[in-house]
Amino acid sequence: MTVEAAELSAVGIHEVALALGDDCLVLSHRLAEWTAHAPELEEEVALANLALDLLGQARSLLTLAGETEGRGRDEDQLAYWRDDREFRNLLLVEQPNGDFAVTMTRQLFFSTYQELLYARMAAGTEPRLAAIAAKGVMEARYHLEHSRLWVQRLGGGTEESHRRMQRALELLWPYTHELFEASPPWVRAADVGALPPPTAIEEPWRHSIEALLAASQLEIPDFRAWQSGGRQGRHSEHLGHLLAEMQHLHRSHPNATW
Amino acid sequence: MGGPAAGPDVRSVSEADDWPLWEVFLRGRRGLSHQHVGSLHAPDPELALQNARDLYTRRGEGVSIWVVRSTEVHASDPDDQGPLFDPPADKAYRHPTFYKVPEDLHL
Repeated sequence: MTVEAAELSAVGIHEVALALGDDCLVLSHRLAEWTAHAPELEEEVALANLALDLLGQARSLLTLAGETEGRGRDEDQLAYWRDDREFRNLLLVEQPNGDFAVTMTRQLFFSTYQELLYARMAAGTEPRLAAIAAKGVMEARYHLEHSRLWVQRLGGGTEESHRRMQRALELLWPYTHELFEASPPWVRAADVGALPPPTAIEEPWRHSIEALLAASQLEIPDFRAWQSGGRQGRHSEHLGHLLAEMQHLHRSHPNATW
Repeated sequence: MGGPAAGPDVRSVSEADDWPLWEVFLRGRRGLSHQHVGSLHAPDPELALQNARDLYTRRGEGVSIWVVRSTEVHASDPDDQGPLFDPPADKAYRHPTFYKVPEDLHL
């Protein structure tokens, strides 16, 4: 009698790598939009560094997604030749930058999630996903620290910064439920121990966010009209505009190099 | 200046001066002491350290960072250069120049 070792199928790896890679790619592009617009030169460099970290993760994840897909697509083909309905990122990461408070809130929500997910994925059963997560978790911790410092300062800063922080929380709160939605690819990956079950990171996420907001004189929004669909390819109108800008050059000059 | 009028979100240079200046010192991987590497603006010590990490250690240059408010650095007066630094110049015995360096020792 043989017992088959439970492991994630190629399709399963592809789905997970594509979703997580799209998160990184789209958020990286959003952060890069701050370049030449940030409130201070030092913060501009910080945001660009976050963007570059995420772009590096996107490259690893989309390369893995391409390899496991078996259709010969590489990272560039996945990044530049898919339309919005084929993207699997969270709605949260495609939301526009808004003001600095919105950008930091989006980063706080995402980096808290990513740090919890990567820390467990690094100890997971799929070696290639684990390797990417082990490298990425250090970057996620830094992104998290940066956004936490800013949320604390904006929340406890001036009346105006506090007002904008609270408004940003209310604006983005509806997109937080999707972070823990048990999509079929995630459930399949969790069944074989490649990813943690969504519930295993939802609880620590809420605990971490609630503690930070309480310490920053901010309130958890009382809001339950959740928005989701990104993992199934149903996006807000914002993603189409983002992709138009991101993909334009590559589609106008296919395979151009410089 | 014929540039476009500043929009409501564009801060003037004088407002940007609200963030104080900090001097950044790094200790390298193999270094024994912190070396001054530059300066930056930040609202407080924690963010100064964060900014220093972004501006000066992206390529693994350091293992330890110090940040010091620039106003806390007391500098010698350039006009005192003579009295402060010239006297040692003619005291040759203060310099280790009387040793014969072995040929295969590369300094």
